[in-house]
Amino acid sequence: MLASSWDDWWRVLSLRDYNTRVVVLAASVLGLSSGWVGSMMLLRRRALLGDAISHATTPGIAGVFLILTLLGYGDAAKSPLWLLLGATGTGLLGVLVLLALGRFTRLKEDTSLGIVLSVFFGAGVALLSLCQEFPGAAGLDSFIFGKTASMGRADAQWIVGVSALVLAVLILLRKELTLLCFDDTFAGSNGFPVIALDLALMGLVIAVCIVGLQAVGIVLMIALLVIPPASARFWTDDIRKMTWLAATFGAVAGLIGAILSGIYSKLPSGATIVLVCSSCFAVSLLFGTRRGWVGRLLRRLSLRRSVARQHLLRAMFEAQEGHADDLVRFEELMDARSWSVGNLRRTLARAIASQWIIDRQGGYQLTPRGMVEAERMTREHRLWELYLMTQADVAPARVDRQADRIEHVLEPELVARLRQMLDEVDSPMPINPHAPSKDDVIQKQASEDLD
Amino acid sequence: MFWSWPLDGWIIVVGVLCGVSSTLLGTFLMLRRMSLLGDAISHAVLPGIALAFLWTGSRSSLPMFLGAVIVGVLTAFFTEWVRRVGRVDEGASMGVVFTTLFALGLLLLVGAADQIDLDVDCVLMGNIEMTPLDRIAVGSLWVPRSALTLGGVTLINLLFVMIFFKELKLFCFDPALASATGFSASLLHYVMMIMVAVTAVASFEAVGSVLVVAMLIVPAATASLLTTRLSHLLVVGCIIAALTAVIGHLGVIAIPPQLGLKSAKTAGGMAIAAGLLFSLAVFFAPHEGLIPRFVRQRRLSQQIMLDDVLAFLFRLREAGDASAVSISRVSDQLMIPELRIRRSIAQLLADGLVEEIGEAIRLTGMGSKRATDLVRSHRLWETYLSDHAGIAPERLHDKAEKLEHFTDPGMRKRLDQQTAASIDPHGRPIPDEAGGERD
Repeated sequence: MLASSWDDWWRVLSLRDYNTRVVVLAASVLGLSSGWVGSMMLLRRRALLGDAISHATTPGIAGVFLILTLLGYGDAAKSPLWLLLGATGTGLLGVLVLLALGRFTRLKEDTSLGIVLSVFFGAGVALLSLCQEFPGAAGLDSFIFGKTASMGRADAQWIVGVSALVLAVLILLRKELTLLCFDDTFAGSNGFPVIALDLALMGLVIAVCIVGLQAVGIVLMIALLVIPPASARFWTDDIRKMTWLAATFGAVAGLIGAILSGIYSKLPSGATIVLVCSSCFAVSLLFGTRRGWVGRLLRRLSLRRSVARQHLLRAMFEAQEGHADDLVRFEELMDARSWSVGNLRRTLARAIASQWIIDRQGGYQLTPRGMVEAERMTREHRLWELYLMTQADVAPARVDRQADRIEHVLEPELVARLRQMLDEVDSPMPINPHAPSKDDVIQKQASEDLD
Repeated sequence: MFWSWPLDGWIIVVGVLCGVSSTLLGTFLMLRRMSLLGDAISHAVLPGIALAFLWTGSRSSLPMFLGAVIVGVLTAFFTEWVRRVGRVDEGASMGVVFTTLFALGLLLLVGAADQIDLDVDCVLMGNIEMTPLDRIAVGSLWVPRSALTLGGVTLINLLFVMIFFKELKLFCFDPALASATGFSASLLHYVMMIMVAVTAVASFEAVGSVLVVAMLIVPAATASLLTTRLSHLLVVGCIIAALTAVIGHLGVIAIPPQLGLKSAKTAGGMAIAAGLLFSLAVFFAPHEGLIPRFVRQRRLSQQIMLDDVLAFLFRLREAGDASAVSISRVSDQLMIPELRIRRSIAQLLADGLVEEIGEAIRLTGMGSKRATDLVRSHRLWETYLSDHAGIAPERLHDKAEKLEHFTDPGMRKRLDQQTAASIDPHGRPIPDEAGGERD
């Protein structure tokens, strides 16, 4: 069924067909503009607004058709201009109802969205069923369910024209919209017209939705507004990069989707475009550099390893503090913390591999580099303990645990300030508050067990 | 209007059942801020239907029903998963999941379309008009199949809500406490997702997804404007859902013929009816409605203005200025437009609180009593706030000005006991209680 020859590939990729050219161009431009607008909506936490808006446009299309036909302007009823005007009208009405519900009732945003979506679409369905008895109503369905493959020159012109307009407005209002997305209260207190900006942003969404609807249909239009921005979010925290990425993802998805459905003529192009978007989302979800799942996992793992290494170095340092020689036995290390044998072995092996520690006969020894690092770690730990005891009035038996948590994230500046505060500048290494008596050791052990 | 009981009667019954079963669950979805889940599920079930068809090769409804329910539950599950793993906000993750599933469904349908025409429009828009034609004998009565299915679903939902009412309540308002008291909130969550999926699929086989989405959200939202107790919310919601179904169908068969058209889709009509009832509630709900709220506000501000005029006249008399004051002076001093002041004074005259002497006005005995109470409240509050609440002197007046309108004799008595002063912080005497009943 999906068989295709090299000829098909060549025919489509070379954009030889006029029709292919039109569809590919329109799909990518639509992906570009909806990705851009969509990232604003995503950051404004209104990702599903496109859902409500695109449903809200349907009664406009059917209503205008019905009114014009009943008034006897049957020819005008078929022109896309009037239908698009109707769609814009009810789309705007839907947005206004949404804003009004948010302002004047205590319904939650998702409930208002659902109400606008279902009631407007219901009205659209009712009106559309009324239209069915007139000739010329057959084309109306395509406004709702899309007709990507049979897009004509006029449709593509609409898409490109409206997208250019939308992009121009987005670029002109970049600063204002960014502020709106991140802190609308601040924007309002600085004199920006928040409601007008909000309406402008939603107006852009409506514009994109309406030209997109007849190209890809309602559901797939929502996908183009939501998925590329959500994917882009995994790669960056910078809004400018994010909008660029989202626009690129949208455009590329449009391009690949349109080409694929051009080659395999059975693939519905709208659905193909969405699935390309979704694959892009899946890849971003897993491998995105900023918030991707794998990246986060690796970062957590490396943090855990560096914490374990620091614990090991400090344990080594404190063990050899009490010795004449600087060889530390495995059992000594085992007693120093409540770590498992396997855990300690792995940590040791990694520390040996990266030359913090040397494995000698009968024990382990810090390398010169390891010594410096271990000394630093121990100093920071003890400084923090001292600080807690003298300034925060924490009992000596409990400071170890607290210092343990924070020592890994102490900045050099903070360490310097701690030293200054504690007048420890003269002696390079504060004494170990737990060392002096055996009781303390037991107590510390007990408190650790309790924790 | 053409009406036939066997047809229209059953259509309304099916609509009512769909409404009641959806609203029972929709109320909880609304409270859990998951209203849009119904929308997501109803779009996303497409691949389930397509897969069931490809697998069994038949259009029989049980496999399709199961396929749809499974994918519906998966939608809820994936949404939650993407939200947690990807740390995307809920709306976005829902948008990603249901559009992807819908597109997948379209693609699978292409495979199926060679053999059979599965009508996407029909899934979306439904065909409630045809339900009375597909009947099953129950005893001696022929009952439409969808009425039976939906009746069963309604019963199950009703039992679920009644049995787990306490748990559901806790689950909506304090999930953390729910988990802490020992029953698994996430288990309840997924049970509810399954029930939503079953309800959605059972309903839109009969009536189309438009109506399900509307019925899941709109009656519950309407009810939430009318009452706040959970049990009332459920009952009122179900009544509204039933009304919606009746009004929707009646509207659809009554209105289009007036315009010379044939009747419209009932599902759409019911959705419109739901919207109409909702907007009625938005405007006229006794407590939350915009119009009652506006009226209450106007009445209060009018009352406050009357109080201000009386207190002003009292203070002038106290200062030994004049006992009769011209209206324009009142308007100037209180900074209220003369037209509004004249209206208030007309009200005061009618109530017998002031009397007119030419162009000037003066307190009557009754007005004087009322004004004394107000000024006494004001000064008692100033004293109390300054002595007991440590409010800065320059802010005393504004606060007391607000509180004086809401102070009754009992409150004044307690303030008097607390302060035990006869002079307020600004050095003016606190008048004695005027005595007698206030009107």
